[in-house]
Amino acid sequence: MTLVLSLIIGLLFAAATYCLLRRNLMRVLLGILLLGHAVNLLLLSASDPLSRLPSILGKDGTPEFPETADPLPQALVLTAIVIGFGLSVFTLVLARSCFQQSPIDDVRDLGKEDRS
Amino acid sequence: MNDLLLISPILLPLLLLIGCLASSRHERRSSVISLVGTAVLLAACSVLLFKVSTHGTLTLAVGGWMPPFGIVLVADLLSVLMLWISALVGLVVLIYGINVGSAGTRPGHVYVLIQGLLLGVNGSFLTGDLFNLYVWFEVMLISSFILMVRERRKKQLAGGLTYVILNLLASAMFLCGAGMLYGKLGTLNLADMAVKLSSVGDPEFVNTTGALLFVAFAAKAGLFPFHFWLPASYHHAGPATSALFAGLLTKVGVYALLRIFTLVFTAENGFSSTLILYLSMATMLIGVLGAVAQYNVRRLLAFHIISQIGYMTAGLALGTHLALTAVVFYILHHIAVKSTLFLVGGVLEMKTGTADIRRHGGFYQSQPLLAFCFLVPAFSLGGIPPLSGFWAKLNLLQAGVQSGEWLFLAMALGVGILTLFSMVKIWNESFWKAQPSTSDGQPNTSDLPLARGKPYLAMLLLCALTLVFSLGGYFVFELSARAAANLADPTLYINAVMKGVTP
Repeated sequence: MTLVLSLIIGLLFAAATYCLLRRNLMRVLLGILLLGHAVNLLLLSASDPLSRLPSILGKDGTPEFPETADPLPQALVLTAIVIGFGLSVFTLVLARSCFQQSPIDDVRDLGKEDRS
Repeated sequence: MNDLLLISPILLPLLLLIGCLASSRHERRSSVISLVGTAVLLAACSVLLFKVSTHGTLTLAVGGWMPPFGIVLVADLLSVLMLWISALVGLVVLIYGINVGSAGTRPGHVYVLIQGLLLGVNGSFLTGDLFNLYVWFEVMLISSFILMVRERRKKQLAGGLTYVILNLLASAMFLCGAGMLYGKLGTLNLADMAVKLSSVGDPEFVNTTGALLFVAFAAKAGLFPFHFWLPASYHHAGPATSALFAGLLTKVGVYALLRIFTLVFTAENGFSSTLILYLSMATMLIGVLGAVAQYNVRRLLAFHIISQIGYMTAGLALGTHLALTAVVFYILHHIAVKSTLFLVGGVLEMKTGTADIRRHGGFYQSQPLLAFCFLVPAFSLGGIPPLSGFWAKLNLLQAGVQSGEWLFLAMALGVGILTLFSMVKIWNESFWKAQPSTSDGQPNTSDLPLARGKPYLAMLLLCALTLVFSLGGYFVFELSARAAANLADPTLYINAVMKGVTP
């Protein structure tokens, strides 16, 4: 399971990096979205119960549920998903209104205004 | 009472945000709410500054969850100084007057966004929890994104898109670093993290996560090679907004670097800071070279931000007590100076209708007050004694001599001369030379309407602050030295946060 998870994370990071390095604006946006997923999975992998001491201890300080995954990373991932979703929607709207004003396809055109 | 005072820099902007949102149809009302509320915020921060400087670090476990389990707010001297000056800059920008945008948009919304920005900035300064810091960063960023592109001009949208994409990348790096740290250490509390990381004894892990967080913060601060978004976007925002960005946003990145890389990723924990020093030197040079080549007034100033950020992070890399003192002083000085310069640049653009300083001229004769408001911060930035920039640079150079970093010294002095050169360039073009004739058919009308407000009062206030930092330099230096003492010795911070908690 750990192996599958790490393979998926690696694949997502690779795909995101590939997309981010494209010049096509839409690909770059897709890259940002993929990167968000990769990061969320990476966060989730931090809750692996095997990686360190169990998170819930009993009164005498010994682990009560040694098989339980740490719940905190799941809360973190939820927060990250919500924030990431909001930001992605904003970025897409921004790209759309940018595109409406002048059809930009190549990200290198973004900085053209300042090169005078 | 202390608890309420400590949380007020977060609570007040939140309440003001709701207040402005409720009255967003009425521009007048929301501007008054915003102005009065920010004045109250400044007062609260002043009281907090007084309390912390006399009684030492204050902490608040939010919701009663004791550290290291819950989120803890920590107000040490550095945080409080930053809170105080950001409230002041916020107030000044509101006095300056914000362009509320075209008809059809709700005028009050701009005040909602400004309060949102202050909320995020204040939260980042106060929090003692890594993931919470990420959340405050995002609060700050989303407000700044919308402020940046509000007027929906074509250039703004293109610059804004660059800004958004690069900051999203930096946020992803931040989350990666935070996730890996949590996976290894099982804690997000910064003080607890510092303790646990020292016993990990795994330099690869420390350097990997440290580098991830460094890239995240460096991108926010505008450090080379992560600085491209800054000169592409800042000058497209409205004048008041860009002054707020110039003063606060990059400094939040610098604050986070200062906090994390003196507390968690220290040399004792196995993090190597040599790279930070070299990146800082490159930042200083690249920023000022960009500025020298520019003729767009606010874009030139944006390049200067980058160059000055290099000085601050170089002080962080030197890491001695004197260097950290100089950095704290430098941040305070730079926030005041840079905001003033952006406000002056905004007035220049509004009066002439162009940002190109080659087409400005004659302002020394027609607007002597404006010339004064430019001269004080410009000379301060260039490091002319007895202005605040001189004291900041002097201390930093002394720290460089102590550490024997001769390359850094040469670089700092050379960049200082180039900084002065580019300030003199604006002075020559905009103020000194005669008004160019407008016979080339370009109507000299304003593109950005002068917002309703009192620009001169705002600029004079910030000039007065620069003069206070200059002439009362010793007092400010004492405060910075005490703030830096807290940074130089992480155990002080750790003890303040973990007091009464058995490890």
